[in-house]
Amino acid sequence: MIQLEQLTWKVAGRTILEDVTVAIPANTYAVLMGSTGCGKTTLLEILCGLRHPTSGRMLLDGVDVTHLEPRERGIGYVPQDLALFPGLRVREQIGFAPKLRGVPPEELNQRVDRLAEQFGITPLLNRLPDMLSGGEKQRVALARALAAQPKLLLLDEPLSALDESMRAEAVSLLQRVQSEHTLTVLHVTHSSSEAAMLGQMHLRMSAGRLEVESKA
Amino acid sequence: MRLNRSNLCWLVLALITAAYLLFWALLLGATASYSTPESWLKVLMSPEIRHATWLSLVTCSLAAGFALLLAVPVGYLMSRREFRGKSWLDAALDIPIILPPLVVGLCLLIFFQTRIGKLIELAIPFTYQVSGVVLAQFVVAAAFAIRTMRGTFQHLSARPEDVALTLGCTRFQALWHVALPAARRGMVAAFCIAWARSLGEFGPILVFAGATRMKTEVLPTTVWLELSVGNLEAAVAVSLFMVLLAVLVLVVVRATGEKV
Repeated sequence: MIQLEQLTWKVAGRTILEDVTVAIPANTYAVLMGSTGCGKTTLLEILCGLRHPTSGRMLLDGVDVTHLEPRERGIGYVPQDLALFPGLRVREQIGFAPKLRGVPPEELNQRVDRLAEQFGITPLLNRLPDMLSGGEKQRVALARALAAQPKLLLLDEPLSALDESMRAEAVSLLQRVQSEHTLTVLHVTHSSSEAAMLGQMHLRMSAGRLEVESKA
Repeated sequence: MRLNRSNLCWLVLALITAAYLLFWALLLGATASYSTPESWLKVLMSPEIRHATWLSLVTCSLAAGFALLLAVPVGYLMSRREFRGKSWLDAALDIPIILPPLVVGLCLLIFFQTRIGKLIELAIPFTYQVSGVVLAQFVVAAAFAIRTMRGTFQHLSARPEDVALTLGCTRFQALWHVALPAARRGMVAAFCIAWARSLGEFGPILVFAGATRMKTEVLPTTVWLELSVGNLEAAVAVSLFMVLLAVLVLVVVRATGEKV
């Protein structure tokens, strides 16, 4: 369960997010829509701790995480540009979080192999990001986020770089990932068809305010 | 091709560029043709100049290494954080670039006459020492290395570092595991630019470390010493050797994709 209570973010006298209040139940696929520049990405960045709200608080499974560092929150984040690490091979990208947490090499390799198999990227494990297509990069970014075993996954327009034929495949992959990993997902998108296919809960942001359009 | 006004404009600009390059080619050609390769070799093999060459290579490498160690954190800070007074700090970091070289040497000399300077010299003597050569080179080279690293980090997206933070990194770990591997070409460029700048450093070294043969004499000092006794042939040989080193550095920097 993720609860946002009156989250507000102001910068240089401008209010970007205003009194954002919502509760997303555990294991729900929530979809957030809204026009460009309305504050969707800012909200995701506040949720994962990259920005600090001016006021309000955020609870994850009942625990107040508002003032925790991003690494302490257990939230996975896949930004719009996917942000793969330049110079690291796919195996190192996926193994990044487990390695940081001191997972023994054998277990780390098993975890990477399992995720690579699940995402169909086993043949790409030794490739660098520059040698991957848009769809492959998206799968690697998702696998990398899931390797950290997050409770909540934040996806910022993850399908925007994919063409129409790959999008349907990616949608079913996201549905499968959410159910297999029993995740709460908050997915930002501009596409109403994407929202209709994936969303169990529909949210809309407008001028920094959040409305719940339909509940799970 | 018809010579319209636009083409004429480009032609004039190309001629100006060519004239400038020709001027440089004539300068270097005249210097190179002043003496023969045999006499260059003879000069470069003399014990004093071999010592100066060796000392230059060592001190430039040390100064560039220290400059890079400073440039990475400062460049990262300046490219990633917004804070009050940043534009002032930015300008202050460029002071060694605009300061006359002799003034830098004089500042060093005076600083090491103060109480703090004397205390430092109790641990490591700098004035008129080889370590002073390194410090004089470092002071100016660091400003160039910082400028290069700041540009490198500014060109790299901060997003991967943000993602690394959510994956469990501290800010230091994100810098170490994500930003630095991505910035390695910029680091090579920063080291090379600092090295080349150190190689050409003369004024601060002369004032602060002196020009003692077989002790604090580096290649630019050699050119000056040889010129001062009228040995133009030796000055030319050393100058050409420095040109060769500078060209090599330029090639390495260009290979990294950075610009000097």
